[in-house]
Amino acid sequence: MGVFIDKATKAVVWGITGAQGSFHTRLMLEYGTNIVAGVTPGKGGTTLHQVPVYDTVLEAKEAEGAQASIIFVPAPFAADAAFEALDAGFKVIVVITEHIPVRDAVQVMHRAEEKGAVVIGPNTPGILTVGECKLGIMPAHVFKRGVVGLASRSGTLTYEIANGLSVCGLGQSTCIGLGGDPIVGLSFIDVLREFERDEQTEAVALIGEIGGNFEELAAEFIAAEGYSKPVVAFVAGRTAPSGKRMGHAGAIIMGSSGTAASKIEAFKKAGVPVADKPSDVARLLSERLGRKT
Amino acid sequence: MDVNVLKLFEYEAKQIFAKYGLPTPRGFLAKTAKEVREFASLINAPVAVKSQILVAGRAKAGGIAFADSPAEAEKTAQQLLGKEIKGVRVQSVWVEEKVAVKRELYFSVTVDRASRCYVAIASAEGGVDIEDLARTSPEKIVKLFIDPVYGFRPHHARHIARKLGYAQNQMTDLTSIFLKHYRAAMDFDAELAEMNPLVETKDGKFVAADTRLIIDDNALYRHQEFKSRPMEEAELTPQELQAQTSGLAYVKLDGNVGIIGNGAGLVMATLDAIQLYGGRPANFLDVGGGASADMMAVALDIVLSDPNVKVLFINILGGITRCDEVANGILEAQKRVGLTKPMVIRLVGTNEEEGRRILTDAGIHVLNSMEEAAQKTVEISRIGGK
Repeated sequence: MGVFIDKATKAVVWGITGAQGSFHTRLMLEYGTNIVAGVTPGKGGTTLHQVPVYDTVLEAKEAEGAQASIIFVPAPFAADAAFEALDAGFKVIVVITEHIPVRDAVQVMHRAEEKGAVVIGPNTPGILTVGECKLGIMPAHVFKRGVVGLASRSGTLTYEIANGLSVCGLGQSTCIGLGGDPIVGLSFIDVLREFERDEQTEAVALIGEIGGNFEELAAEFIAAEGYSKPVVAFVAGRTAPSGKRMGHAGAIIMGSSGTAASKIEAFKKAGVPVADKPSDVARLLSERLGRKT
Repeated sequence: MDVNVLKLFEYEAKQIFAKYGLPTPRGFLAKTAKEVREFASLINAPVAVKSQILVAGRAKAGGIAFADSPAEAEKTAQQLLGKEIKGVRVQSVWVEEKVAVKRELYFSVTVDRASRCYVAIASAEGGVDIEDLARTSPEKIVKLFIDPVYGFRPHHARHIARKLGYAQNQMTDLTSIFLKHYRAAMDFDAELAEMNPLVETKDGKFVAADTRLIIDDNALYRHQEFKSRPMEEAELTPQELQAQTSGLAYVKLDGNVGIIGNGAGLVMATLDAIQLYGGRPANFLDVGGGASADMMAVALDIVLSDPNVKVLFINILGGITRCDEVANGILEAQKRVGLTKPMVIRLVGTNEEEGRRILTDAGIHVLNSMEEAAQKTVEISRIGGK
């Protein structure tokens, strides 16, 4: 169970021979992810961590029958890697790469829509269905199989909150990093829809931050649709000033839009409890699920 | 280049727009009042003298003045140059021909995050804060989402010109202006390209009287011309400058609690926790994934060089990063920088026992809980008043 990926997922690593790609391929394999092939143009025919390497994504797909792809290539080449995976018919594409220009990201998302594919990221820690499949760079040990679907716009803060959920016994079903960039493939609404259908997921945690309006839109969606599972939110950046990027390209308040206050107010209006500090997420979810911590 | 958006000065944006054939008032950049006088006599008409600073609300804060003669322009410039506006010193002014305004319009191309595409925004009521207008009178704003492949076409531009109430030659003129503006925005990877106001003059022509261009800094590798831009012109504090050259994400704030952490979301949440317990963060600093000894040393150096910092809070959650490496990094950094201020460290994650042992042996107290550590930090920040 879980969403987007599970133990049946076969994945290709784009950029497998780079420092990042190679390191995280090893960790993903250790986690049990079924990595069937790697792609690095010019390195076709070799193997790495016993995984066969191909020159093109299409060759890798035809030979090994993969459906998912994870991309670890530098920003100037990442958009083309994503286009290649989309054109090869992949339906789940995780883009770890940070610093992709907005103009490129916009085109990738447009192509993904045409192809009916899901892009996770860019600038994401990836996605992990606990105990089944990890396509990303998250430290596996903080996660524990359980009932909370977690969607987040950041990395380490996700690990902090996931760890809290593991310690209190709730655990997680699938954890998804939406990505820290202004243009990303998945919104909180997309993920809420998936979690609603997933039997393993009993509640959802949304970890937002300043910038954009994904949180406000999610709040409206939850209220309007009468969302069937309990949702708890956290919003980082209450202290952030206007006009400054807070680490993530997407974490920026423009004028008066994208503030934490606006997001928190929207969630509260929709009846979604908002945690004041990261550790409160586990406590609020336990309360909502009627469990003792 | 993580923290500061690449905002261009008005004069830089105007020069770029002019190259694309957009009508802009004839103008010159001046650094002295004497130059202003010379340029004003060259223009030989009433002029606007506009301070070149990157703060919003420049006009309201007295950053723009008008003059009818070269002598008056010189006098005005004497008052503007060197003046501090919202904490920024005016180092140069743009002198341009004053525009005879009949009507002020608004036009911009920017990124719409929710729709994942660029959007053209226009209004027949320009010259105001467009966000305010969007809130109070959304019906006065025309929005057109741009298909990233199909692009912004002449008929789109005509549609907007009609919506703003223009016909015949004026509609054609506006259409051409919008199309050129869009091309400049795309060529320069603009996050925001704006004409506000785009003025309809008394003789029925259009002029971009004020312009803004913000470039996506992730696309800077395609725009080498901005790499050589003098750093001091970006109006950074010394700490921000050092962070930028070291590739660290740093933002200066006005409190007294210095903060270092790994991961943007975690650092933001750390700042929020300090505030929640009644403290005031002095900065945002994300050392990023590796958190090596080198990076830690630079980070400590930056935060401690801020004289307002009374206490330092280091919040590290080791994932792929190992806590023992971080601990050694902190010690190494401490040796190099010479730590003189109290420090609270929270360190958890991979190899945390080893990391804690290294720091405890060196006499540094390490906490487990982020909240507990934040409370402790705030307590220290309050000792001795302020």
